[in-house]
Amino acid sequence: MLAVSDLKIHYRTLAGSVKALDGVSFSVADGEIMGLAGESGCGKSTLGKALIRLEERMQYVGGEVTLDGTTLPIADDRAMNPYRFRKVSIVPQYAMSALNPTRRIGRMIDELLASRGLKGSTLRPELERRLAVLGLGPEVLGMYPIELSGGMKQRVVMVLSTLLDPSLLIADEVTSALDVASQKKVAGALVEFRDRGYVKSMIVVTHDLAILAQVADSILIMYAGKLAEKAPTRTIVEAPAHPYTRLLLGSLPEVGIRFEDKRLPGIKGRPPSLLSPPVGCRFRDRCPLAFGKCVEEPPFIEIAPGHQVACWKADAHAQG
Amino acid sequence: MLRYLARKLFIYLLTFIVAVTIDWAIPRFMPGNPVDALVSRIALMPDANAALTSYFMAAFNLDQPLWQQYLNFWSALFHGDLGRSIMLFPTPVTTLIGRALPYTLGLLLPSILLSWYVGNVVGALAARRKLLDNSVLPLGYLLTATPYMWLGILLAWVLGSTLGWFPLAFGYDQSLKVEWSWQFLGSLLYHWVLPFASLFMVALGGWAIGMRNMIIYELESDYANYLMALGAPQRLVRKYAFRNAMLPQITGLALQLGAVVGGALVTEIVFSYPGLGWLVLSGIQNQDYFVIQGVFLFIIVGVLLANLIVDIVYVIVDPRTRVGLQGDAA
Repeated sequence: MLAVSDLKIHYRTLAGSVKALDGVSFSVADGEIMGLAGESGCGKSTLGKALIRLEERMQYVGGEVTLDGTTLPIADDRAMNPYRFRKVSIVPQYAMSALNPTRRIGRMIDELLASRGLKGSTLRPELERRLAVLGLGPEVLGMYPIELSGGMKQRVVMVLSTLLDPSLLIADEVTSALDVASQKKVAGALVEFRDRGYVKSMIVVTHDLAILAQVADSILIMYAGKLAEKAPTRTIVEAPAHPYTRLLLGSLPEVGIRFEDKRLPGIKGRPPSLLSPPVGCRFRDRCPLAFGKCVEEPPFIEIAPGHQVACWKADAHAQG
Repeated sequence: MLRYLARKLFIYLLTFIVAVTIDWAIPRFMPGNPVDALVSRIALMPDANAALTSYFMAAFNLDQPLWQQYLNFWSALFHGDLGRSIMLFPTPVTTLIGRALPYTLGLLLPSILLSWYVGNVVGALAARRKLLDNSVLPLGYLLTATPYMWLGILLAWVLGSTLGWFPLAFGYDQSLKVEWSWQFLGSLLYHWVLPFASLFMVALGGWAIGMRNMIIYELESDYANYLMALGAPQRLVRKYAFRNAMLPQITGLALQLGAVVGGALVTEIVFSYPGLGWLVLSGIQNQDYFVIQGVFLFIIVGVLLANLIVDIVYVIVDPRTRVGLQGDAA
């Protein structure tokens, strides 16, 4: 069980602090695969990274992260180390180049395990079994990364990242660089790993709502460093309450409809700068429903069980 | 792998032929004639000069057409014959080179290998450590920008002339007999320190800077980030980064070899050190074709061999080249 409350992460830049995460609160239940979506720059990757390792230019400003009842010291790189890999793990965006090119994969894994005080040889049977689950033979462990295809490398990274059965796995844009067939395989593997109990809960960061519809139990939509809406996948797809979610879904092509003479609508305008974000609702400049009250910031409240929205008009919409 | 080596060997062979040709041509395009110099030294009576000149021209085959001299040169080369020195007539050039070679190798090998090793370690330590970086980087730039002979002269002046800690010139104390005694070896070492230090220091700077930059690049690479995200300790990440950063440094070593050899020649001249550099300088001053050719030939062969070794080492340490060579990359 992951609980994040009022998390704030800023990026230090020469122009000032970029408020990439500006007070974010949500929770992920055990066994839940939560999709985290939004357009680029909305803070979804920042959120994913913040839960395991802050990059040098990322600055922890406030908030708390609890995993299985213990508070994660995310601001303290060194204190965070014991939790990494064992409790929180990541399949990074760059999974295809995540393996040391000059080490045989098996040896690299052994050295990594040894550096964490574990024995590679005792974990080897489990490692091989999990590789087999994803259709990889044990011979890949004797190969160099360059001898594997991109998809194979990605699967190796997935197996390695989840080898110690972490409570939380962050899958950061894992399907973005893959062709549609591989995307489907990876999406299937994520669900498989959860079902087998290799990981307890999962956050799948992506801009691809179609993938989330396949794998996620719930979807969290972010906009400009804030949460917009969180709901079970079905609700997000069928009855989204936030105008941003609706426009986002409306921008997707639908199966069975020909788009020859009809243009996809898209969302007009751009997200606001996070250097000095506007007060009130951040979506109001692009929102077709904006009205006077939107200069005040809408709270992220529950409008139905498991369905939270940050919009003044959400209630009215859900009801009518 | 074998095909790769065969291809490499072919390229080295071509380089060798071209280099030897240039080596043969250069002294012959110099103004003047070595036989005139030799004759003027030994002849006493002016009317004997003409006879002596034609005798020596024939003896050294210098009266033959150039293409014939070129062919002679190659055939002599394959018999291990580099001709006889003109300035120290009739000593064979091979003997002169054999005498000078240990001094040059004794300077070159330790300074190349030690500066490469120490430079890489210092550079790797400096990367991502503010205090060390702020001192190593400017010092490294200063050293690498220094010409070999200038640093040599500076060292000779400060440590040799002013402080008197080290001898200024020669390979050993001229009052000693050349023999295997502790006294002679000590003198040898004592005279070796300054020329070695000047070569070592100049090369060190470049390696340290290169390594520092490579390590920073490697520490920002994806595999390093992934390891750190999985909580791998700095030790492991830096170990991988060091190993991968070494690869371009190995190539760099091959590229630098020629420059270091050139630097060694100049340094020997500064310190009147009796190695190949000193020999080639006297060869040029006395228009001794055969000595110049012979020394350059040695340098050509040495640099080519060293490059070949580096090529082979690279294939062994970087799996990516190996896979590429087999042509079965996924």
